[in-house]
Amino acid sequence: MTQLALVIDLNVCVGCHACVTSCKEWNTSGPAGFMTDENPYGKDPTGTFFNRVQTYEIGEFPKTETVHFPKSCLHCEDAPCVPVCPTGASYKRKEDGIVLVDYDKCIGCRYCTWACPYGAREIDEQQKVMKKCTLCVDRIYDESLPEAERKPACVLACPTSARLFGDVHDPESEVSVQIREEGGYQLMPEWGTNPSNHYLPRRKTRMHIHEDELQRADNPLKKEQRGPSAPVEGTTLDDSTSW
Amino acid sequence: MHPAFSVIFLTTLIGVGQGLFLALFTGQSYAAVELVPSQDSTTFYGLGGLIALMFLVGGLIASFFHLGRPERAWRSAAMWRTSWLSREVIVLPVLMGLIFVYTVMHYFGLDTVLYTSKTGTTLQLSLIVGALGVLATFLLFICTGMIYAAIKFLQEWACALTPINYLLLGTASGFTLAAVFASSNAPELLGLYGNWAIIITAVAFVTRGGSLIRNSRIKAKSTLQTAIGIRHTKIQQKAMGMQGGSMNTRDFFHHKTAAFIKIIKWSFMILVFPIPIILLWAGMNAESTSVLLGAFIIQYVGLIAERWFFFAQANHPQNLYYQTT
Repeated sequence: MTQLALVIDLNVCVGCHACVTSCKEWNTSGPAGFMTDENPYGKDPTGTFFNRVQTYEIGEFPKTETVHFPKSCLHCEDAPCVPVCPTGASYKRKEDGIVLVDYDKCIGCRYCTWACPYGAREIDEQQKVMKKCTLCVDRIYDESLPEAERKPACVLACPTSARLFGDVHDPESEVSVQIREEGGYQLMPEWGTNPSNHYLPRRKTRMHIHEDELQRADNPLKKEQRGPSAPVEGTTLDDSTSW
Repeated sequence: MHPAFSVIFLTTLIGVGQGLFLALFTGQSYAAVELVPSQDSTTFYGLGGLIALMFLVGGLIASFFHLGRPERAWRSAAMWRTSWLSREVIVLPVLMGLIFVYTVMHYFGLDTVLYTSKTGTTLQLSLIVGALGVLATFLLFICTGMIYAAIKFLQEWACALTPINYLLLGTASGFTLAAVFASSNAPELLGLYGNWAIIITAVAFVTRGGSLIRNSRIKAKSTLQTAIGIRHTKIQQKAMGMQGGSMNTRDFFHHKTAAFIKIIKWSFMILVFPIPIILLWAGMNAESTSVLLGAFIIQYVGLIAERWFFFAQANHPQNLYYQTT
């Protein structure tokens, strides 16, 4: 079975919001209709977004570290938002595991937002239906696009390649290898939602210089305790001959 | 959670309607076995059924204000296999239909005797319809309560006390209203309804108080550490990812001070339980409709505060991602 998902590398993300803007651009221009913006140039701009980048400071000054944390629908394998939907508008696709909302069936009752522990769903204040990340389902299967571009808009936009896209059920896929080898983890594992999106943790890049590398420990002269010999007094062979 | 008045009115109004219907059926079944004098079909059961129906209709109308797309509300009956909300959407009109039939049978004298025992006790058709209505009433209480109790990570709600409180608080307010109604239309039943209203209100005090104690001891399963997956005791959010707020900052938090929440908690604990019990007792002794009506109105206002608090108290784990709201 296929389960498409994103893997987000927190070690690489620089918090530039390119994924946010490209997501909004692609999805507001798509066949599903615009994504509402209220007050876009006013005092308190607000609107519908599928993806947001948050910033956290870890630790206390001066020992701090900044983590940029992109957050969107995690396409849970056991998605709690799906069974609660009274109309069946919220559903999980069998063929690729993407959790979607049928905007024509949604009644905007907000029950699914209560049932999502991650706050991944937002109601569109003008269209009054629930919206969320679609993993760019209208893009990843579009055969009119070159194959390299059949990826979610956020993945293509990321300048540092912090976002990877693929099938997390295929053990040999790039995303599975990254999760396995770089310590990929899920958010709020305590609720058993089994999110498909994974995050790769911050990794410290440290230079390890051992003393051995500066001074050879296995120098044979040292091993035999035989240093260079002391200068000889009087005349030596070198003084009487010229080679 | 942000308390939505549409849902507050929906749950409190249908609670009164359901409780009043239970009270009417209690009266009729007690009368059938001659424990209490039987009442006039038109002015008591007929009119009482109509009042119960009006509360349910009021709740239904309130619920539409909660929907973004009310014109598609009919679709919400589709997923009854998995969704408690869908089940509620089915049971509510079924109950309204049964109460409508019950009311019409009484009001227009369409009731018939199905069976008469040797001692003269009769089984009437309206009792069968009423029993089905009672079944639907209990199902509706369970559906309403389970909508909240079924969300496991809203730890304040995910508890058996949630549907129990919906059942008891709705029934208590319905029996209080039945006492008001009886004092004007059937004084012989005032004692029955008044005493039951006091008993149910007292039991509800125990269960609602129990849920308050339980909720005050909850240890949140999710923390900011599990939310973003970084193990450090000191994490501070610097940016939420938006400037002017979003649904995440508006819909999941009550935006009120802790002092205000405390005031609401104590107001409802006083308005729903002790004051109505005292007024019910006084109204029964004085046989005063206005005192009993006071008991009902005060209890209903208290229930609005109770429901507001019920929503405000639930702390959604998504708020962990929005630390600065």
